[in-house]
Amino acid sequence: MARVADVVSETARAKSLLLDPPDWAGHLAGQHVDVRLTADDGYQAQRSYSIASAPEDEHLQLTIERIEDGEVSPYLTDDLHPGDELELRGPIGGYFVWRESLGGPVLLVAGGSGVVPLRAILRHHRAAKSDIPVRLVYSARTQADLLYREELESFDTVITLTREEWSGHTGRVGRDLLEEAAWPLADHPLVYVCGPTGFVEGVADALVAIGHAANRIRTERFGPA
Amino acid sequence: MIELDGNAIGGELYDVFGMDMTGVMGVCTYCGAHAPVAEAVVYMRGPGTVARCRACHELHMVLVTIRDVTCVDISGLAALEMQ
Ligand SMILES: Cc1cc2nc3c(=O)[nH]c(=O)nc-3n(C[C@H](O)[C@H](O)[C@H](O)COP(=O)(O)OP(=O)(O)OC[C@H]3O[C@@H](n4cnc5c(N)ncnc54)[C@H](O)[C@@H]3O)c2cc1C
Ligand SMILES: [Zn+2]
Repeated sequence: MARVADVVSETARAKSLLLDPPDWAGHLAGQHVDVRLTADDGYQAQRSYSIASAPEDEHLQLTIERIEDGEVSPYLTDDLHPGDELELRGPIGGYFVWRESLGGPVLLVAGGSGVVPLRAILRHHRAAKSDIPVRLVYSARTQADLLYREELESFDTVITLTREEWSGHTGRVGRDLLEEAAWPLADHPLVYVCGPTGFVEGVADALVAIGHAANRIRTERFGPA
Repeated sequence: MIELDGNAIGGELYDVFGMDMTGVMGVCTYCGAHAPVAEAVVYMRGPGTVARCRACHELHMVLVTIRDVTCVDISGLAALEMQ
């Protein structure tokens, strides 16, 4: 059982939980945990949540977007308070992770809450003082939905909004934006794509269409949009 | 039925195999495609979960979890190749 050290509002719909799991042996940037809730009558529900913090950070951080009719996410965003406990399994995953030995240049492509594990990669990259080039392309609905907005401005980040006109890019992440933002193909970029299932499929197809090698594209799907 | 990928079953597979399986190469029994387990098409539905080949969509794995114990049938994979 991990103790909740703090709960932080990220947007109107998303909160971060700062956790202190006992005997935590550390994690790799990009990994997730499984959170399990058990009701008084014994009924259990389990969901996966990516780790938002770098291995070097003090607390284990999760960022959860509330799905209105959801079984688990509203509890995590609305009902947890510092001092509460949460059952976790993990860290999980050895594929959707980045560490310096995997090289780059690295392109990270996020849709919505898919930015969570990619933010962990950015924080780890900075903490490790890596000089491998890394860039984030992040698609969100509106400015109000942007997670970690201020922090991401301190990285090489390209944001596109799908439901709001603003001074930056608008529209979905398609071939044009990827061609503009991706590293030269000759450098064999390593690409991480994360977000809703449909978003990930669309971006992965577009990357292959513009010439990226399928075995240099790592994907993680979060479910419906 | 929610469509995900093999990352989502990393926890269950870890419990069964005692190691991370998402980065292990699976070889499809039906079409021979090689792909990391993380790239399988995964459908979650109640206690049963299935993983299918992204290339030919045949069944790779069936996972059933009852009271904390997960059983997995991997007959759709001809081989699991550690990297
Ligand atoms: C590997 C992995 C990592 C994940 N990391 C994160 C993360 O860091 N942060 C985060 O907020 N979520 C993350 N998710 C999604 C998370 O696991 C849950 O699916 C999500 O919180 C919804 O759960 P719920 O119980 O609230 O909704 P449910 O009760 O499962 O679903 C309620 C309704 O919402 C729809 N729905 C289900 N999932 C989603 C979704 N992701 N988006 C929109 N609608 C949905 C369902 O179709 C259903 O109609 C991750 C998923 C995976 C597989
Ligand atoms: Zn196949």
